[in-house]
Amino acid sequence: MKWIAAALIGGSLLLPPFLAGDFYINLASQILIAAIFALSLNLLVGFGGMTSLGHASYLGVAAYISALLTSRYGFGHGAAAVISISGTVATAAFFGVIALRATGLGFLMITLALSQVLWGLAYRMSNVTNGDNGITGLTRPAPFGISLDSPVSFYWFALIVATIAFLMMTGFVSSAFGSSLKGVRDQPRRMAALGFNPWLIRWITFVYAGFWGGIAGLLYVYYHKYIHPTALSTTSSAEALLGVIAGGSGTLGGPAVGASLVLLLKNYASAYVERWNMLLGLVFLFIVLVMPAGIVPGFSKLTAALRGESQ
Amino acid sequence: MQFWIVQGLNSLSLGGLLFLLSSGFSLIFGLMRLANLTHGAFFMLGTYIAATALRAYDGLNLWVMALVAGLAVAALGGLFERLVLTRLKTNPLGQVLVTLGMSFIISDACLMLWGGDSIPVPTPQNLQAPTRLLGFVFPTYRLVLVGLAIVTAVALYFLLDRTRLGAMIRAGVDDRQMARAVGIPVSNLFTIVFCLGAGIAGAAGVLGGPILSAYPGLDADMLPLALIVVILGGIGSLLGAFVGSFAIGFIYTFGIALFPELAYIILFLPMIFVIAFRPQGLFGRVGA
Repeated sequence: MKWIAAALIGGSLLLPPFLAGDFYINLASQILIAAIFALSLNLLVGFGGMTSLGHASYLGVAAYISALLTSRYGFGHGAAAVISISGTVATAAFFGVIALRATGLGFLMITLALSQVLWGLAYRMSNVTNGDNGITGLTRPAPFGISLDSPVSFYWFALIVATIAFLMMTGFVSSAFGSSLKGVRDQPRRMAALGFNPWLIRWITFVYAGFWGGIAGLLYVYYHKYIHPTALSTTSSAEALLGVIAGGSGTLGGPAVGASLVLLLKNYASAYVERWNMLLGLVFLFIVLVMPAGIVPGFSKLTAALRGESQ
Repeated sequence: MQFWIVQGLNSLSLGGLLFLLSSGFSLIFGLMRLANLTHGAFFMLGTYIAATALRAYDGLNLWVMALVAGLAVAALGGLFERLVLTRLKTNPLGQVLVTLGMSFIISDACLMLWGGDSIPVPTPQNLQAPTRLLGFVFPTYRLVLVGLAIVTAVALYFLLDRTRLGAMIRAGVDDRQMARAVGIPVSNLFTIVFCLGAGIAGAAGVLGGPILSAYPGLDADMLPLALIVVILGGIGSLLGAFVGSFAIGFIYTFGIALFPELAYIILFLPMIFVIAFRPQGLFGRVGA
């Protein structure tokens, strides 16, 4: 049953380029990017029990470094990608050391404060980041000489990266290390007594999640060819967190579903209302109050109950 | 010399505002184990209410407005606590998320009602003339603001340290289970403290109005400052909020004046330093 569902989803991901118009293909690419980002946050929230409200930092840092290097300093895309991902990983390593001094709500507050500091920098340090104007006129890379400028080619590129990301992150949580991570989430003191180092396990996960957040950031800046401080804002972190929670934190595919729903809602709503933030807030209230376990677990519970009754 | 003195006074007045904002945040966190991310929005709501009312009616007084807006925001906070937060007693993460959702709703509602331009809040007329002291010129309103923050700090200290209600709150902060067991109505205290914190934040927004003016994004500017104050000073500690507020007031003001582009980095250096050596904050009683 599970495999059939997985095959169906995997198969349907191959369809957009053949069926849909440019608008929907672009939307699908954005969904893939949001899904990678939400999955990386889910490593922290769902599997590590570390609720971060500053995950947009890594998306933003990678995007900004890549944008600055390619547009201002004449770097090629390959070198810029390597440097920006290294910079993002270094940022995550540093922020992790600070934020993991605390757990629970303290961790949440520190991650939020750190990301707000970066947001403030992007806004105020306008001679470097161009401030509120953002950085425009960026280009997409052309890996192996294949231009990614058309919606279809970018979709394939995003799909390949998203597939790798999904497999790598699934492998991460299914590994022995992933088991120790879940152990640290549920019983940190017992894990410490067993000789594990909870801090180190959390920190490695934090850096790994930052790495994939950075990959999502690169795709983000390639897709939009533009970067603005809002990418670093609390709203951006909160959208990803909502995706994770709506989809079901700690499930493998849930956050991807949740992130797609948030993105679709945002796109659909912005055609009709200007007030995306208010809608986002209301959805937050609704999900937390009505479906605290998320849509995917809620749905599978529902189907299980239905199947149980029909037997 | 004049530069240092004026900037010093600006630091003190920002510190005073931050204390009004973060003391409530810290109390709520200490008692309810709830990081109230709506706090910045409560502050901003106070500023907007004052800006509108003071411009619409000439006779209104800023101090009366602070009281009225404080009560209005306290009532809103109380409703939110009773209707939403109490339903999520067993879900601390859910509580934080709904406060985040609420902050988005309030700040977007402010944008919808008042538009994107900043609205200045007039300084009370009898405080517009500068005060001359020892050959230096001080903006009078800022002096009064610092005084008010100190009065509030003393009042809060007496409330917490000398009254029955304060004793119950302290008992709840230190050991919620035990406080319940000896018959303290902890969930009523939650509502009282939440209203109190929200009300002080709303009143602080009014008092900060003449300095900051009302603009969209004011909440996003103030909330991280409050977070940094609380992380620095220690969660649940009034003294920590007091010391942290003035420290951040000085660091931020001088940072902006001397190194305008790096102010944000300078701001988070002391936070990193404190977290590295004393994760519970300078005066923290509650481990986060």
